[in-house]
Amino acid sequence: MQPTSRDFPANARAGLVDPVLQRALGLARTGFPARRQQAIARLPEFEALREEGRRIKDHTLANLDFYLERYEAVVIATGGHVHWARDAAEARDRVLEICRSVGATTVAKGKSMVAEEIALNEHLERHGIAPVETDLGEYIIQLRHEPPSHIIAPAIHLMKEQVADTFRAAHQELDPARSLAEPRQLCEEARTILRPRFLAADVGITGANFLIAETGSSIIVTNEGNGDLSQILPRVHIVLAGIEKLVPTLEDAATLLRLLARSATGQEFSTYTTVSTGPRRPGDRDGPDEYHVILLDNGRSALLGGEFHDMLRCLRCAACLNHCPVYAAVGGHAYGWVYPGPMGAVLTPALVGLREAGHLPNASTFCGRCESVCPVKIPLPNMMRHWREREFAQGLSPRAYRSGLRAWAWMAQRPRLYHAAAALAGRGLGWFGRDRGRFRSLPLASGWTLVRDMPAPEGRTFQSLWAERQRAGGGTR
Amino acid sequence: MPEPSAPRVGLLVTCLVDLFRPSVGFAAVALLERAGCAVAVPQAQTCCGQPAYNSGDRGDAKAIARQVIAAFADYDYVVAPSGSCAGMVKVHYPQLFADEPDMRARAEDLATRTWELLSFLVDVRGMSEVAARWTKRATYHDACSGLRELGVKEQPRRLLASVHGLCLAEMPGAEVCCGFGGTFCVKYPEISDKMVGDKAAEIAASGAEAVLAGDLGCLLNIAGKLSRLGIRAEVRHVAEVLAGMTDAPAIAAPRR
Amino acid sequence: MSARDAILAGIRRGLRRGPLPPAEAAALDERLVAHRRNLVPARAAALDHAGRIGLFVAMAEEVQTTVARVASAADVPNEVARYLAAENLPADLAMAPDPALDALPWDARPLLQIRRGKAEAGDAASLTPCLAAIAETGTLILVSGTATPTTLNFLPDTHIVVVRADQVVASYEDGWDLVRQRGPMPRTVNFITGPSRTGDIEQRIELGAHGPRRLHVVLIDDGAPIA
Repeated sequence: MQPTSRDFPANARAGLVDPVLQRALGLARTGFPARRQQAIARLPEFEALREEGRRIKDHTLANLDFYLERYEAVVIATGGHVHWARDAAEARDRVLEICRSVGATTVAKGKSMVAEEIALNEHLERHGIAPVETDLGEYIIQLRHEPPSHIIAPAIHLMKEQVADTFRAAHQELDPARSLAEPRQLCEEARTILRPRFLAADVGITGANFLIAETGSSIIVTNEGNGDLSQILPRVHIVLAGIEKLVPTLEDAATLLRLLARSATGQEFSTYTTVSTGPRRPGDRDGPDEYHVILLDNGRSALLGGEFHDMLRCLRCAACLNHCPVYAAVGGHAYGWVYPGPMGAVLTPALVGLREAGHLPNASTFCGRCESVCPVKIPLPNMMRHWREREFAQGLSPRAYRSGLRAWAWMAQRPRLYHAAAALAGRGLGWFGRDRGRFRSLPLASGWTLVRDMPAPEGRTFQSLWAERQRAGGGTR
Repeated sequence: MPEPSAPRVGLLVTCLVDLFRPSVGFAAVALLERAGCAVAVPQAQTCCGQPAYNSGDRGDAKAIARQVIAAFADYDYVVAPSGSCAGMVKVHYPQLFADEPDMRARAEDLATRTWELLSFLVDVRGMSEVAARWTKRATYHDACSGLRELGVKEQPRRLLASVHGLCLAEMPGAEVCCGFGGTFCVKYPEISDKMVGDKAAEIAASGAEAVLAGDLGCLLNIAGKLSRLGIRAEVRHVAEVLAGMTDAPAIAAPRR
Repeated sequence: MSARDAILAGIRRGLRRGPLPPAEAAALDERLVAHRRNLVPARAAALDHAGRIGLFVAMAEEVQTTVARVASAADVPNEVARYLAAENLPADLAMAPDPALDALPWDARPLLQIRRGKAEAGDAASLTPCLAAIAETGTLILVSGTATPTTLNFLPDTHIVVVRADQVVASYEDGWDLVRQRGPMPRTVNFITGPSRTGDIEQRIELGAHGPRRLHVVLIDDGAPIA
């Protein structure tokens, strides 16, 4: 998809006044954090596991070339195929080639953020292949021609009424008299429609939560079972994965799996964790004849060893989105591309450029809640600050803001002048605000007073009062 | 007068307290003196440099940090009535000078001596109660930097519990950001508005007559929003209440 | 330069080194072969076998798996028939072509229609064995193979799984050990924790999203000592 991250402020304003979105976000804002808190309270080792998770991912990244080569060798040895893709276009082309090689006309897709990242659906459709999203949330937004607004709950911006309208518009054979008032009925409708699609699909495409170097396996984690039907019914299973999904062993994956569900949905464990290794074996009665893995770089290797290296630990659990007060205010679409919230604010500038996505790392209060819940301890605020540093160094931030900042910083490095100016400002503002104690509007502070009053200073600065007290001999020095 | 052996504490006033609310500075001084400290206020301080640092202006942030490191070189402790500014010194100064070994060592030395006011009083000086009286139903907002960078959570509550007449009514979202975020609140005013609007609604729902916090940035934001919405709640820095210095009008309250 | 070589070169550029020296590579190969366990929570690991069985049942029921205990393998057909009747389901079963399941006394329930093989689109209920059951989270481990087609785990509305008490282990790591003991990795290893569900609409949990709506465990607990 074309990014609209440049329009973040306008996107955000639209989200803030969208009553449906605000109702939906209201549910998410309290629900996810409460469930996560309950889950981790039951696991005394959770904090220690976070540290282990961080260590496992750091170890893998430090030896990523080695583990990728080992992984590739085992995949081939177990009868699978590995395709390397430098960028989105290469990944799309590899998928299309595989689909064409088996004459595919329909593709069943499990949820994959990498597929969103490379805009796979549009590409397949352009070439006459019909992709069907099978995750319920993804299916809903596919019908609505919308991008996902959340990395694990793609339709979180909708309420059940919008889903019902969407199904009525898209499902031609749906009896108008049938009720779609409740989530239960909506799930049944989707199940009924999608089951034959699974059975008819020529190719199944899934993402991967982990790739295992030891066994050449890919692991997906789902609750619906759609990722499983997508890979065991069609003749071909294609796995789309970023190169950073690798971990060394099944034991390492077990540690990260203990972190993943609890951080994501607050579940003890997701319903289905599926380990796939190669195509069906001789004697197997089901499973795919072909197994392909597409390893996508698309800017990831360029992050290694730099300021954004730690971002490659990301498990895509969405805990940072679920705990972000900015995400909770504006929703995922405001971020204007595939990855929203704090992880998106770090990743998006790396993948689509700082000029396009410069707003995202700025739209944070640095409240630090994201880092505090990240299962692999990614220092997200620090990395957003690194983007701001690049933006400042490249002169991309607004000119008025930069010159104001420089002027303030110049003053702040001259204490005498600064104290004199502060004393003057305090006196002036204090005098004007002496009655009401606040200002409803103030020149040069419209960003503040647009939405809230500005409390008036008390009048004298602390430094001037303290100096007076010292002169009167009332102090300790 | 403090004992000759009293620890020498340099007060990091913070630019917002200096300009907007000197009362908080004097409340901090009073609490520190009650905790047996000799308090001084270096004149060579202005701001901790956070606005520059968080705006990506690393050069100016470092220049200001150098000034702070020099100004506070000679104190046993450096205490700020703000988790945000204390966190800047304690957590971020060493990172700022990561590639300058000499400055890094000085920054780390300062970091080990620097404390947020409440955690200093409780964790370092062992203060467990105050002699103040304030008959109010109040709620407490956990300012983000103090909470997540410095672990300030129980300390203010421990001391508030000893204030005669004070009843603490907790908000379920006490740990959720108020939407201040330094320059964030003016760069993205509508988003900030939504966040502080939610905070104001929680304060109103708590039934509290007063809202307290340990960071003036958040307090200015919250007081400004409550005032704009016409929600009557007294907004004060927690130090004012603990020091028994609640005679001055509250933040954003009329003064005549 | 191929995409593969370009990506590997990019990684090494970022890591500021060339390919790993043989000694370091050998150490990493050793790590792969050893596949040591990381921290395993005490929750299940600290329990004795009876405790693990109790924990498995409790955790499974927490995620809407139903569990029936039977005293011997011979009781399995009765329990399967009872369950289908109690749930008002037809007495039809797609069963894994597994020798251990075949050996059960199905003659005792002549009304049960049993078809052996993989699942077909219309199958209402399936019966499968499992490789192991994990106490930590009430999770079943099922592996694919000639006798255990994976479609049985996902296509039918109702999935019934036979678990022997001695198959209940503490952790995922115990499960990996059992998977490795069987030989090469099977095509599919399924960790299943409850029936299919979704929370995609208003975060309300609904069962039976795409996979089974019901997951029923028949636990054979004959009190035999665990080897």
